[in-house]
Amino acid sequence: MARVEFQQVSKTFTRHAGRRLAGQFLQDWFSRSGGERFHALREVSFALEQGQSLGVVGANGAGKSTLLSLVAGLTAPDAGEMTVSGRLVPLLELGSGFHPDLTGAENVRLNAAVLGFSRRRAAELFQPIVEFSGIGAFIDEPLRTYSSGMIMRLAFSTSIHADPEILLIDEVLAVGDQNFRAKCMERVLELKRRGTILMCVSHELDALERLCEQAIWLDGGRAARYGPAQEVLEAYRGHMFSNSQPPAAA
Amino acid sequence: MRSWDYSYLLTELVLRDFKIRYRNMSLGIFWSLLNPLVMMGVLTFIFTRVFQATSIPNFHVFVLTGLVPYSFFALAWATATRALLDNPSLVKRVCLPRQVIPIATVLANGVHFLIQIGLLLSLALVAGYGVNRHWLWLPVVLGLELVFVCGLSLISSALDVYFRDVRYVVESVNMLLFWMVPIFYSFAVIPPAYHTVYQLNPIAAVILACRNVLLEAKAPPATLLAKLALVSLTALAAGFWIFGRLKRRFADYL
Repeated sequence: MARVEFQQVSKTFTRHAGRRLAGQFLQDWFSRSGGERFHALREVSFALEQGQSLGVVGANGAGKSTLLSLVAGLTAPDAGEMTVSGRLVPLLELGSGFHPDLTGAENVRLNAAVLGFSRRRAAELFQPIVEFSGIGAFIDEPLRTYSSGMIMRLAFSTSIHADPEILLIDEVLAVGDQNFRAKCMERVLELKRRGTILMCVSHELDALERLCEQAIWLDGGRAARYGPAQEVLEAYRGHMFSNSQPPAAA
Repeated sequence: MRSWDYSYLLTELVLRDFKIRYRNMSLGIFWSLLNPLVMMGVLTFIFTRVFQATSIPNFHVFVLTGLVPYSFFALAWATATRALLDNPSLVKRVCLPRQVIPIATVLANGVHFLIQIGLLLSLALVAGYGVNRHWLWLPVVLGLELVFVCGLSLISSALDVYFRDVRYVVESVNMLLFWMVPIFYSFAVIPPAYHTVYQLNPIAAVILACRNVLLEAKAPPATLLAKLALVSLTALAAGFWIFGRLKRRFADYL
């Protein structure tokens, strides 16, 4: 049974101004508490069961992407309890794992392998993936000739065919055109109906409201609000339009 | 959390490396043949014409038997050490068992290695060394070299994420090894006091074993094979262990 649960999860980074000297590293490694640490996430809690979805909003640098990286297991938390179970597919960055010199078709096969498709599954799904993406004849052209919208189409199409139990989407849909976005939205809602857990970072609140029934508003790494999407997004909207200045860090 | 089709994943990653490297080069795969041939020519010229110091017959084949295993080792190790930093998005943005990244780089170099072994075997045949049943030892010996490079690369690539100096250490060691491994001299001229050191160096051991098989038509000594197997498998085990310990914080440092 797919499940995502965070209990008081925190993630910190050291501030070392880009220094990578051995001394700095040793200091990091041995004194987790010492030195100046930056809290990317502070005691965040939420829980998602099958078919549930969470929209993540907040200003730049509020910790949205860090949250998804933690769920994906790409980075480890410093404190708190984390449970993530289920086949997870992350869509965290446009064309991550893609290579510009390879053709669209080669990238689909590469991405499929990276997402954990078996050889047989990848062969079966190749045609449906290309069809859904709508890339057409360009599929045999190198990826560097693609627009960002076309790259997103390919990445999204591969990801949803990976049959995810947990799907993470970080902002990538923003570059698609209306038609394709509507098509994606429909597909994601269908996945949800079949039990996929969805976590979605976006600045497009209307889209989030359609996709997610829960939402979390991150501010300086803390959960400023967490609850039903409508309420949280309403509060966030109100905050954005009421004061153009960001609030003092809580 | 998920089962991986490792053979598919590794095949795709190796193909990717291979295609990227050659797609934009007009000579393509011939670079795999050109490099060892040029080195072989230069070394043969120096040691048979300039120094005129060698009594080794077919010196060019002798040198190539050393060059091919050495250059695979040096190139695979150096590129695999950088593999994680060369592919940050595979580390930071997608979920995959990260061990496959340096291993795929080693295997991609293995494709060139195969081509170069083909070249070596053809030149040996042309020079009049016949096929013998001991050739069956070649896959074993070269396979152990592959295992050794994988182990070493797992360690060095993981360390390179935290200390970017590691790649320069690797380059220096490679340069040192060019002289310290019997590429253009034979094991016989090494003073006996140093024999053990040479035999424990897996690359020297691989070269010695290849010469036994290809040039002397005899099986490599059992002790040499045992030491090679021991060192290679230990390196692989250590590689997986160390990589496993270090991978937790990769994403924070890339």
